[in-house]
Amino acid sequence: MEHFIQLFVRSIFVDNMIFAFFLGMCSYLAVSKTVKTSFGLGVAVTFVLLITVPVDYLLQTKVLAEGALAEGVDLTFLAFILFIAVIAGIVQLVEMIVERFSPSLYAALGIFLPLIAVNCAIMGASLFMQQRITMEPTSTQYIGSVSDCLAYALGSGIGWTLAIVGLAAIREKMAYSDVPKPLQGLGITFITVGLMAMAFMCFSGLKI
Amino acid sequence: MSLFSKENGEVFKSPLNLNNPVAVQVLGICSALAVTSQLKPAIVMGLSVTVITAFANVIISLLRKTIPNRIRIIVQLVVVAALVTIVSNILKAYVYDVSVQLSVYVGLIITNCILMGRLEAFAMQNGPWESFLDGVGNGLGYAFVLVVVGFFRELLGFGSILGFQIIPDSFYMENGGLYLNNGMMTMPAMALILVACFIWAHRSINKEK
Repeated sequence: MEHFIQLFVRSIFVDNMIFAFFLGMCSYLAVSKTVKTSFGLGVAVTFVLLITVPVDYLLQTKVLAEGALAEGVDLTFLAFILFIAVIAGIVQLVEMIVERFSPSLYAALGIFLPLIAVNCAIMGASLFMQQRITMEPTSTQYIGSVSDCLAYALGSGIGWTLAIVGLAAIREKMAYSDVPKPLQGLGITFITVGLMAMAFMCFSGLKI
Repeated sequence: MSLFSKENGEVFKSPLNLNNPVAVQVLGICSALAVTSQLKPAIVMGLSVTVITAFANVIISLLRKTIPNRIRIIVQLVVVAALVTIVSNILKAYVYDVSVQLSVYVGLIITNCILMGRLEAFAMQNGPWESFLDGVGNGLGYAFVLVVVGFFRELLGFGSILGFQIIPDSFYMENGGLYLNNGMMTMPAMALILVACFIWAHRSINKEK
């Protein structure tokens, strides 16, 4: 139990997808104009993470790892292709669900919903999971079971949502500020994210 | 149709400056920020992306008439994933230390938006040779930003370039000098601010746009 909470809290604050690893930056910068849309995207990313990380974990340990299928067979070089195929399939599913149950969110997310498939945060979470399997079991970052994966995926998703909603709120306020012309739009957004990342660096000393 | 016509030259040159994938189109930011704390990984990453973009563009452009429209994203992803697997294994074999430093970011080239953006916007409509030029141009435009950011981060953060000490040892505090490395530069947060400065400079120079 303790390990779940450690993983969960760490992946929200310390190993935050945006501020520590810059994952999912493209949609992060493009969709964070209003709080409502960005929250919707955050929920969609969290949901996709919750499915893909455990599925990729099972694939990694039961199929790809050395000696998992048959003695002496090491398929880890197939990991990239397999992971991305799983992600693309699940994103397609989420797209259909959102279109059916929330057409307004579907319209607001537009092109970025199918693009979750190429959101680095999703692929990144699977690749970090692959790395963390090989860590020492005593490490706070170790992932050794499906439930560990769920805690990690939920934490990462919430951390990502937190980051995008925070930026969207700041950008809504910033519409009233006087920004130098060449810095407008993208430039000032980068600086804002940089300052937010500095604020999040305080959490890196968190002992859990 | 000549291979080096004026239009083809434009296709190659425009992403290097006016249409830079990172500074103007805002694509491929994730890895641009993550791998630039030193110059060497930045160069390796830039070259890998250039090679992958160029060849993925060629393959997709050859296949463009046979790919059914509904499943094109999956086809593109599989082509890119196969190329990334090859590059990742080559890096592991020849420059192992850099590939350890790059860690998951080599795998994340698959989800680099530059690739998907160019495949969707260019390779699906154009012939193989133009697509190749477009891929190389965009890859180099990306590499250029990486190298600039990596250069400043390594110079200010470690006082060295490509691992060679540039700031003389006697300048440092511990040897009685007045200089101290800016540890902030090695942190992720400063990468964002440096890229912002790059965009700022880039937009001030190309005002007419």
